[in-house]
Parts: sequence; structure tokens; C-alpha cells
Amino acid sequence: MNHWPFIIGAYAVTAAGTIGVLVASYVRMRRAERRADALSGRR
Amino acid sequence: MHIFANPARFLSIARPLTPWLGWAGGLLILAALIPGLLLTPADYLQGQSVRIMYVHVPAAWLGMAGWSGIAICSLMQLIWRHPLAAVAARAIALPGALFAGLCLISGSLWGRPTWGTWWEWDGRLTSMLVLFFLYLAYIALSSAGAERGSSDRISAIFGVVGAANIPIIHYSVEWWRTLHQGQSIGLGGSKIDASLLWPLLVSALGFTLLFAAIVLMRMRAMLAESKVEARLKRMTAE
Repeated sequence: MNHWPFIIGAYAVTAAGTIGVLVASYVRMRRAERRADALSGRR
Repeated sequence: MHIFANPARFLSIARPLTPWLGWAGGLLILAALIPGLLLTPADYLQGQSVRIMYVHVPAAWLGMAGWSGIAICSLMQLIWRHPLAAVAARAIALPGALFAGLCLISGSLWGRPTWGTWWEWDGRLTSMLVLFFLYLAYIALSSAGAERGSSDRISAIFGVVGAANIPIIHYSVEWWRTLHQGQSIGLGGSKIDASLLWPLLVSALGFTLLFAAIVLMRMRAMLAESKVEARLKRMTAE
């Protein structure tokens, strides 16, 4: 049996999941901190 | 640990640390996975599918380490009412669930060419699946608690009780000798050849640093969101 399709599948799923959560966490952090900074600057 | 109880002090450390952890983790992962895919030898028994171990083992480690982190934070929340402990536990839950899920998927993709099956109700596989469901339940419970604005003691108790599954996962290969192989790396050393071991260790370190960066980002987001919410409430009351 050719192992490479299974290897590529495992790496692709790992990359997609990890990058997805990383980017989602970064975007959420940037958006929340920007909103917090904007509100604390407001009187 | 109590010195980090102050969110301002925590943020002064977390802000510069987050990009360092993220970049170092990403570079270590690339330094392990590119040679792990293209340069390291195949295993004499598993063949080429041994390369799946370079993502499967770090995922398994982080799935278990993530819940251990939730249990420690939950204990701190229950005993000392540490203000950041609940935030940290909630921040760990999503990446923990991700890596527990990735462990199950990559394990299944390794099992098909190596064992001849996608899934077996083996002690290790089943206890790992239980861990994944525990993560989903924890995320649902803590999200409901956060929406209510309660102190969220229920999810903290759930985090501590769920930790009973961690030694079950660890010792499952000794208690029920079914399909999953025994431990290859322990405190006493490793049974893996050095040519296959180094990408595994570097990859595990890289994914751990990246996991820490994700947790810090999520904690920073939660702290900023609660700051915005408090500020909006004050503005409405004025």
C-alpha cells in the first residue's frame, strides 16, 4: 500500500487546523485590543 | 503564580512574549517537519507512515497537556479565586480540543496503512476520544458560564474531575494490551533510533511553543473583551 496519501492527508489536516486556530486567535485578539484601546481613549 | 494574578502585570509579560513564542514555534515546526518528510529514513516496520508520528505525537501530547493545564487552572480558580485562572482555562480549551482532534485524525490516517484499520475500540484510542468529548463539553459549559457572567464554578469542577481521564490515557497501553503499542519514550530514555527521534522532539517543542502563543492570544482577547464590556456598561450607566 502506498503510504504517501495518508502522510500528506495527516500533514494537511494538521496544518489547516493549526493555522486556522492561530489566525482566528490572532484576529480576535487584535480586534478586541483595538476596541479596548479606542474605548479607553474616549472620554 | 500569584504574581500573575494582576491582569496588568500579566499583560506586560504576555504582550512581548506572544510573537516570540509564535515565531519560535513556527520555525521549529518547519525545522522538524521538512526534514521529517523529506530527509529522515523510513522505519523498518512502519515504513514511510512513521512520518505521521511527527505530527501525531505532538498532537497527542498537547491534547493531554492542555487538559492538565485546564485542571491546574481550575484548581487555582476554586482554591485561591485567581482572577486569571478561569480566563487561562477557557483559553486553553479550544487549542486543546483542536490537538486532541488532530491526534485522533492523524492516528486514524496512520492506522489504516499500518494496522489495516481506521479505528479500533482500543483502550488508548477510546480514552483519547473521551478526552476530545470532554473538551467539547468544557467549551460548551464555560461559554454558557461566560455568557451568564457567573463565576463559572461548574466548569472549574468539571475541569478538575475530567483530569481523571489523563492517567487513564497514559496507562491504557499497560492496563489493556490491545492494538496500540506501548510507550516508546519515558523518563528512563527512548526506544526510538536517534535518526527518527530528533524530528519528533523538535516538532513537539515547536508545537508546544505555538500552543502557548495561541493560549496567550486568546487570554489577551478575553481580557480586552471583558474590559470593553465593563467600559460599555459604565458608559451606559453614566
